[in-house]
This record gives sequence, C-alpha cells and structure tokens, in this order.
Amino acid sequence: MTFSPELEARFEKFLAKYPADRKRSAMIPMLIYAQDEVGSMTDELINEVAKRVGVTPLQVNEVLTYYSMLHRKPMGKYHVQICTNISCLLVGGEELWNRASHKLGIGHKEVTADGRISLEEVECIGACSWAPAIQVNYDFYHDVTMAQLEKLIDGLTAGKHPEEIAELVKVNG
Amino acid sequence: MLYNQPNPLEVRILSRRFGMPNSHTIETYLATDGYKALEKALGMTQDEIINEVKASGLRGRGGAGFPTGMKWSFVPRQSPKPKYIMVNADESEPGTCKDRLLIEYDPHQMIEGIIIAAQAVGAQQGYIYIRGEYRYLIDIVDRAVDEAYARGYLGDNILGRGVKFHLATHSGAGAYECGEESALLESFEGKRGVPRIRPPFPAVAGVYQSPTILNNVETFCAVPPIILQGGAYFAGLGTPKNGGTRLFCLSGHINKPGVYELPMGFNLMRMINEVGGGMRNGKKLKAVVPGGSSCPLLKAEECDLAMDYDTLAAAKSMLGSGGVVILDEDTCMVKFALRIMRFYAHESCGWCIPCREGTAWMKKLLTRFHEGMGQESDIVLIGDLSRNMLGGRTFCPLGDAAALPTQSIVEKWREEFEAHLDGKPCPYDQSSRLVTA
Repeated sequence: MTFSPELEARFEKFLAKYPADRKRSAMIPMLIYAQDEVGSMTDELINEVAKRVGVTPLQVNEVLTYYSMLHRKPMGKYHVQICTNISCLLVGGEELWNRASHKLGIGHKEVTADGRISLEEVECIGACSWAPAIQVNYDFYHDVTMAQLEKLIDGLTAGKHPEEIAELVKVNG
Repeated sequence: MLYNQPNPLEVRILSRRFGMPNSHTIETYLATDGYKALEKALGMTQDEIINEVKASGLRGRGGAGFPTGMKWSFVPRQSPKPKYIMVNADESEPGTCKDRLLIEYDPHQMIEGIIIAAQAVGAQQGYIYIRGEYRYLIDIVDRAVDEAYARGYLGDNILGRGVKFHLATHSGAGAYECGEESALLESFEGKRGVPRIRPPFPAVAGVYQSPTILNNVETFCAVPPIILQGGAYFAGLGTPKNGGTRLFCLSGHINKPGVYELPMGFNLMRMINEVGGGMRNGKKLKAVVPGGSSCPLLKAEECDLAMDYDTLAAAKSMLGSGGVVILDEDTCMVKFALRIMRFYAHESCGWCIPCREGTAWMKKLLTRFHEGMGQESDIVLIGDLSRNMLGGRTFCPLGDAAALPTQSIVEKWREEFEAHLDGKPCPYDQSSRLVTA
C-alpha cells in the first residue's frame, strides 16, 4: 500500500521516535494519521501498518477497536463532533446535538447520504469554560449558539467549506 | 487571542505568558526568563533539584494530588535501565480545559519543566502523550520541540554541558481511560488502554517497564518557576502542604466562565462570585463539581471552603483536576447524574467487572429514573452498585470516579430521585416525559 510522500515522511519520523525494538509504539499515531488520508481503517491499511510495526493484523484490529477516533467505516468529509458532557450539557450542548441530528436526519456516528457530513456526540473535548463547544474534524469552535450551528449545517450541506461560513470561526489559528 | 479575559484576582505564575504576542515561540520565551531555570538546574545535583521540588509543596495537577518531589524521589536512579519522562497531556476529565491552554500559549514552559525533570533522575528520553483530539496542539509542541533542538536545549549535548535528552510527541486516538497513568503507558506501547496492576508504580516500571517520571502537563509547567524562584517562594503562594497556584477551569452556570490561575486554597464562593462573575441570570447556586466529573459534588451550603487538596478531602470530595463546574437551581440532579454515568459507561475499558458492569447497570437505572419510571428500591440498588465499584475493587480509579459523584448526588439530593418515582415526569424538564404507547 502506498501513501502520500508527506505521510511516508511522517511515518519515518514516527518510527524514529521509539527504540528500534519498540516500533509497536508507533502503531496508534500511524493509524490516526493514516486514517486522515485513507478515510477509514481499511483491511489494506491495517495489514500495512501491522507489517511496518512488526505485529499481526489481528493485533492492530484488537487495538483500533478500543479507540473512539479510529473507525472501520468512513465518516463524512466534515465530521461534526458535538460535546454534550457536563459543562456543555449545562449550557445547551444537548440541544445543539438534538438539532443537528434532527436537521441532518442522521444519528451518532452516521453519515449523510452524500458523504459530506457525519455526526458524533462526543465526550469532553476540553473546552468546558467556553461551552458549548464542537469540533469539525480537528478544528475547535467555542461558545456555539443554535443560530451558528444552523448556519454551519446549512453551509456544509450547501457544499461550503467551514472557513467560508462567516458566522462561525474556528478558535485554533 | 485569549479565550477568556484574565481576572485581577489571579496570581499568574504558570499563565504569565498567556496573551503575550507569539507567546508560543522560543523568542518570546527566551525574552521572558525562558530556559534560565534549566541553566540553573544544570548546575544543581539531582538531589538538589528534587529537594527544591519537594520544598515547593507541588502536588500532581492531574487529579490525584500526589506530592511531585516525592514521586520523583521514588525513581531508582541507580537502576541500569534507561529512565524516561512521560507527560500526560491526555486531558479529558469532564470540566477540565487547562492543559490545552498551557500547551497552546506556552509550550516551552512545559518543555523546560520536562528537561529539568529529566536532569533530576538522569533520563535521556521523554515523550508527551497528547490526546488525539488536540491535533493542533501536537503541531504546536512539535514546532516548539524543533526550536528547542535548534537552540541546543534538547539533543545529545544540551548547552554544551555533556547532558543528553531527547523529546517527542505521541498522539492518542480517543480514550478517557488513557489519562490514567498505567493505561496511558499501555496505550503508548501500541496496545488497548487497559490499566496495569500496581505496584510496581511507573516510577519503578513505567515506559517499557523502565523507571519513569509520569506527571500531568501543569505539574511540569510549575517546575521552571519553582527552580528559578525557589521552592519556598512557590510554596508560599498556597496553603500549607498545598504549594503554589493552579489553573481552575470555571464552567457551567456562571457569568464569566474561564480558566483562571489562583492560589491554592482560594475560597470557592469567592471563585464563583468574584472571579466567575456570579451566577447566570441571577439564579441560585445549587451544586458544584469541585474538580472534574470524578469528584463528589458539593451542595451550595458546603461551598464556603478553601480550594486545596486537604480541605476538599475533609469535605469528603476531591480537588481533582481543577475543573470547577457550577450548577444552578434549575439543574435536574438526576439528569446530571445520568450524564456523568453515560460518560463512565462509555469510557470504562471493560477490564474489571465491577466497573464494566456497574457503570452499565447504573446508566440503565439512572435512565429509568430520568424517564420517570424509577422505583424506590432502585435508590438502594444504586448505592449497592456504587459501593461495589469503590475502594480498590478495580485496577484503576475509573470505577471510583463513576461511583463517587453518583453516590454523593443520591445522598445529597435524594428527594430529587424520589420526585422521579413511579411514573412522575422530571420536574425540571417536561420534554423528557417517557412516551408510552
């Protein structure tokens, strides 16, 4: 299996981080970065990572099923993660989740028919003091209002990139 | 850009660079006493470094509050095995969002603390385990590590002093349990994040079964100020046995939620009213989660207390991770308990039966209560299940973390559970009525 030159360079760096007889440590970082490129944990990807870190594909599968960010099926191009844990719950996180789910007609870890948007009700993402918070892929959005969420869903559905939706600005750079 | 405005009552030691232009760069760091503590530490013996940290009264900021200097002294420095430093940046305790800021605004402070810790035990390799959701922070730390290498603060011959130390980031992939130290070590080795039996503790058998200093991000960030200004100075900022300041993450029903650095022992009511701007919409305070979702809750009348480890322990709760969640009078405690339990049921790794089964059954019971179909006997059953998860019946404290807040909510707000009995709808939330055909 071949990856982009950028990902290959990253893998090389990852494998150099750990002692030569401890390549298995690179497995989870390799899986999550590879998933970003490949889209999901395909059998081909599992076999390839297993080979590179010196374990069996079964061992990789055993590990990946444990982690909530690694998935066997592809998520949407824009994976909208809405936190409903305690701090977000108190200030409207659950309402955001219900609205998004209702509006898109999809539930937890489901994808719209066109493959553009997926939803996930996530546990605490570390934005409690700026709740309710969501993540779209790896980007954070703080103090999200219902109106902003509506604009986000409408914009993504209409084919916009999150950065083209002026009502909602990511906080991480 | 700061996510919230600072408060004049803050004592900004660890957060003093927050808000400075380009605070994450080595230029800003060096212009503000950066890496001076490391230069000082390179002239100190290992015992001198550890004793300074002991004198500071610094206790682990991840949640357990174990004295940091003592933890470091448990590392067998004479061991022939390599020594490691592991940084727990898997921040995921609900209510907690401080490590994110410490890394985002001042990654070099953390890196300097790590290098000093390495000097204290003779470690030559360190890793920063960052939760996968914090991808942008991994990029920030990677850039900072590169800067530190380029300036000679990391590498085979640090500042030409013949000292070797290497540092790298490591991405997690979504699992609360991996914030538990032994599960973190398993995950780091490319396995499922299930806890290890202890002893041996990580100080003796940590990374690759080698002696390891494993601390939270904020704990490492406190090290440069301690070395530079002295342990006694840091200790003096807090209360006896509770040295220094810490970052409190205020969230929930208050006017000015935010992360604020306050002296240990700061009064909780003052924190709510003078730092957090008081209750939102003029509502009355009902309850406080004092240190992340794992802590027993405090009733409003219990909140006039000093926020330090010992005072909270005396109040039968915990200072925990610094996540202070404020609940107003309109909060349904049954619903709140259910949300906490849904979280733990989702995050239980399944390794220990009392936790795996206990969280799942309590989630079912609390769901039933919340839907108005609770029974009197369920209140007793929740108590029984909680007791069976507590106090050393599991490999790690996740079982305790699920049971303790639940127990406290049932004990302190029993009347709210009674109000949900026998088909009565939630008094706080009419929309949650169970629809029966």
